[in-house]
Amino acid sequence: MQNIISVANLSKVYASGFEALKDVSLDIQRGEIFALLGPNGAGKTTLISIICGLVNPSTGTVLADGDNVVTEYRAARSRIGLVPQELTTDAFETVLATVTFSRGLFGKPPNPAHIEKILRELSLWDKRDSRLRTLSGGMKRRVMIAKALSHEPEILFLDEPTAGVDVELRRDMWEVVRQLRESGVTIILTTHYIEEAEEMADRIGVIHRGRIILIEEKAELMRKLGKKQLTLQLQEPLHAIPDGLGAYGLALGDGGNELIYSYDADAEQKGIADVLGALGKAGIHFKDLQTSQRSLEEIFVSLVSERS
Amino acid sequence: MNLHAMRAIYLFEMARAGRTVLQSIIAPVISTSLYFVVFGAAIGSRMQAIDGVSFGSFIVPGLIMLSLLTQSISNASFGIYFPKFTGTIYEVLSAPVAPFEIVVGYVGAAATKSIILALIILATAGLFVPIEVQHPFWMLLFLVLTAVTFSLFGFIIGIWADGFEKLQLVPLLIVTPLTFLGGSFYSITMLPPVWQKVALLNPVVYLVSGFRWSFFGTADVHVGISVIMTLVFLAICLGIITWIFKTGYRLKN
Repeated sequence: MQNIISVANLSKVYASGFEALKDVSLDIQRGEIFALLGPNGAGKTTLISIICGLVNPSTGTVLADGDNVVTEYRAARSRIGLVPQELTTDAFETVLATVTFSRGLFGKPPNPAHIEKILRELSLWDKRDSRLRTLSGGMKRRVMIAKALSHEPEILFLDEPTAGVDVELRRDMWEVVRQLRESGVTIILTTHYIEEAEEMADRIGVIHRGRIILIEEKAELMRKLGKKQLTLQLQEPLHAIPDGLGAYGLALGDGGNELIYSYDADAEQKGIADVLGALGKAGIHFKDLQTSQRSLEEIFVSLVSERS
Repeated sequence: MNLHAMRAIYLFEMARAGRTVLQSIIAPVISTSLYFVVFGAAIGSRMQAIDGVSFGSFIVPGLIMLSLLTQSISNASFGIYFPKFTGTIYEVLSAPVAPFEIVVGYVGAAATKSIILALIILATAGLFVPIEVQHPFWMLLFLVLTAVTFSLFGFIIGIWADGFEKLQLVPLLIVTPLTFLGGSFYSITMLPPVWQKVALLNPVVYLVSGFRWSFFGTADVHVGISVIMTLVFLAICLGIITWIFKTGYRLKN
């Protein structure tokens, strides 16, 4: 697939000496939803800010659809829409005026029909004449998305798009993001809600202490690192794992009432059959069973803690 | 060139003035009227004419300059400082806009507002004292040059300021004293010889003198020197702004 953003050997050292990015290289593919995960201070916002022109890189290059974001900033930036993390709005402006302003700022001629379409999609049309200071936090977030979409960007950066919004609004926004992807917009989002990445992303990047430590297709990542667990509710509690079952790495849970078997998601399913067979031979019977898969959040936490 | 962006910034700033019409237009008009009541009618009637011009009429160009300088600085500094303060500057910095276009938008709007104000004050003055403009072209040229130059200066202050106090510091401690000492209410030829020389170090002297010449045909310094000094100050401000955008000073990390 064609790359729409290419980051090569990007580093950023702030005046304070803090090294926010260390030799970061990353390619974003056209039309995908890419989720960038990382703990606070990992460098997510710095990376986005450099791509969007808000922060000067120390070294390295960023290309947006082939245009260097520093030397060919006009062409590069006209393709990019940014929804920053902070809710920064002109308190005294109306919704319609501020979104119209954004379109002009990005060099596009007035197009009231397009602005109306965006405002309607984001359920803001009824609020078009309201001043921004009168809107709730969730509505302000929608306005910021509308501003970013006003100039019809090909690439949309969403920096913590659903921070501080309620569950219903979050679901609405995910729907908006999906529609945008369907219309061909490439979306890069950073999020603390790993559930959000799990729900929407095609690929996932994990950044930690200024370095990209992993980039992977979400499905592949879940397959590789998403350990599965088989939990058996026993008819009779066990005090210890019987000797004959030691090879399977079993563990006891719930005071001996549960027997837990962990296995790789991509491992041969034969392991389960072997365990169940061995249990039958040892005379251990179970009344119920369930399987579960490690969530992306657990994968993320283990990845980051491994490197801490 | 991103004409749509320049237009968007310009109209945005002009709309802001529309919302704050009381502080942008009415307040300066009232304060200028008070100057005319005090200096023109009350004190001016007891003052002798200067270079054949009644004192009330003589102070008109100086008063207009006073408002033009302070309003240009205040409009432009607030215009760029406020988005920095609220954080909305992110949008301008991430837009495909050249520094030149950003400056044209913000400074153009600030200069337009102060020119409109200056013309309103001129009309207000006409209600109190007789006014003649001998060189209307030069009057407009000085008006525009001064408004643009001091709006650029205000833009620099707005970028430099990291708090509302600093925003007020330069206008209050430097510009207002220089304007009052720059011959707004008197001809510097009325000063003792030594102070006349010192006064020539004050850039506002050249603005007021040139502007007054466009009204009455008399000046403290030659009108050509006034134009050159204004252009020099304009060039210095442009140089500083170019450096600001080149380095990202107080705009980008």
